[in-house]
Amino acid sequence: MSASQIGKKQYLVYLAQVHINFRRAELESLADICGLNDLDFSNYKEDSPFFIVELDNDTQAKEWIKRSILSRAIYEYWGEGKDLTELHQSIKFGTNIEHYKDLYKNDSFKFEFESYRGSNKKVNRISQIETFSYLAFKGKINMKSPDQVYTLIEVFEPVSDNEPSTTPSHMYFGRRVQISDRSSADVFDLKKRPYKGTTSFEAELSLISANIAQVKPGSIMYDPFAGTGSFLCAGGHYGALVIGSDIDGRMIRGKGAQHDISSNFKYYGDTDKFLDVMTMDFTHNSLRNSLGIDTILCDPPYGIRESIKVLGAKDPERFVGKENVEIDGQKAYLLRDYIPTKKPISLDLLLDSLLQFASERLPINGRLAFWMPTANDENIETLVPLHKNLELKYNCVQSFNKWSRRLLVYINRGKDYNGPTNSGLQRSTADFRERYFKNFN
Amino acid sequence: MKFLTTNFLKCPVKTCDTSNDNFPLQYNGEKCQLIQDESIEFNPEFLLNILDRIDWAAIIIVARDLGNKSLPPTKPSFSPELSDDDLIVLRDLHTLLLQTSIVDGEMKCKNCGHIYFIKNSIPNLLLPPHLA
Ligand SMILES: C[S@@+](CC[C@H](N)C(=O)[O-])C[C@H]1O[C@@H](n2cnc3c(N)ncnc32)[C@H](O)[C@@H]1O
Repeated sequence: MSASQIGKKQYLVYLAQVHINFRRAELESLADICGLNDLDFSNYKEDSPFFIVELDNDTQAKEWIKRSILSRAIYEYWGEGKDLTELHQSIKFGTNIEHYKDLYKNDSFKFEFESYRGSNKKVNRISQIETFSYLAFKGKINMKSPDQVYTLIEVFEPVSDNEPSTTPSHMYFGRRVQISDRSSADVFDLKKRPYKGTTSFEAELSLISANIAQVKPGSIMYDPFAGTGSFLCAGGHYGALVIGSDIDGRMIRGKGAQHDISSNFKYYGDTDKFLDVMTMDFTHNSLRNSLGIDTILCDPPYGIRESIKVLGAKDPERFVGKENVEIDGQKAYLLRDYIPTKKPISLDLLLDSLLQFASERLPINGRLAFWMPTANDENIETLVPLHKNLELKYNCVQSFNKWSRRLLVYINRGKDYNGPTNSGLQRSTADFRERYFKNFN
Repeated sequence: MKFLTTNFLKCPVKTCDTSNDNFPLQYNGEKCQLIQDESIEFNPEFLLNILDRIDWAAIIIVARDLGNKSLPPTKPSFSPELSDDDLIVLRDLHTLLLQTSIVDGEMKCKNCGHIYFIKNSIPNLLLPPHLA
């Protein structure tokens, strides 16, 4: 029986049991990038790291999972059971087993073991492997670079919070098809990054954000509030040409040649992906209107660690006629070291201009993704900005004790979309009303 | 600031948007100090994608501002299977667009005349209040 005859096959995705609110969004977004738009999520459970899904072939599985951060790996599913006996039964009665045995019969191979929530320290792996002899592999065992890796995943049910179990309660077996990109969360760990600052965004969620934002190889990604460039690093890792800007030149300049944004790209081996960072007010943007920007990914200022400012005078009267001031016969505002004045602006207005910019610059189906902090007692519905051309696709929450932040992801649907809107003014009023009435309680 | 960036930057003054003179900015050849960073990796496929985004006429104008008059009048095109000659051209483009950068210099809007500075390779596009 050839591969084409067996049709769709079952695959097991072994997921990381962290950042659950982001996990399905990542899986869906990556599936969408590789054209897998009819994935069946009915077996997907938030409280389980195991997800069995049907795909056409290994190529699909590889493309889908290779850049995932919240998956560990994807396997061709061979079977499962509560113990070895049950597992073997399940493998032997699997619909494709004869086909698989035949296909990989002569390939070199090895076995590997994974465990979830516990470990089986006493087990003798050699005798365990021998129980699989009915698979009748004829290829050589090759520990270094085998053609096939067979994985036994053991699942443990801890006895209590601080007492792990030592006997697995369930097990899965499959042929490994693709390891995810999860190890990059460690490679990009801020602890090891040459240039970082107080605003740097943690590596794992930066990479996840880039995946949900669908940063694609060979495309252009822009972070308008680049700071120390955390999202630029993530975007570069996924192959985009990245551009950043920030109103505060000190942030993007870094601390000398070995400690700036471009040295981070050298450190990660992505020098060709980094275009530039520029000192610029997002609301007085310098990127030419005809430049296509495929993805916008950022963490706007929210007035906690940094103030929200745009160009212009807070108190315009004080600046009347200042453009005529000269120093040594030169207009002061044209001097190399001139520092323009800035004025505060509300986050609502800044976000409105971000959405408007995205609607003008992104291609149809291009994504805007940004982080927004919220106090836990705030009424979220009144705070999430909307734009008539943009579909709010995801709203993924990360909760802390007293506050939370969320990744808002929008898809540009174009001018015919006519989605709901709420400009900053409307949001502020709603918010005000909410608080006003609350105070009567 | 990489040469390629000159192809993306316009004057940020809003009223200049209605003119056709806000892009590209005009680079002061005498004041612009250029360097070559050969450590930037050559990635032909990636470069091909980026070339699609380029306004070639603006590349020629800026190269001329900076003293390079030898660029071809039309954007180079490439066969799907890159030939050796294609690779030579791509390598030249890589040198120009990604490895060449302006460390220090000035650029000016041809419409409003405002001058923007480049310092430590970072362009500064902030505006005084009467232009903001
Ligand atoms: C939360 S931080 C982003 C940090 C960044 N993700 C990083 O990795 O360091 C927000 C940034 O927005 C910048 N910012 C504030 N107002 C701005 C404006 N009007 N235009 C551009 N950047 C602005 C601040 O200087 C700050 O660096």
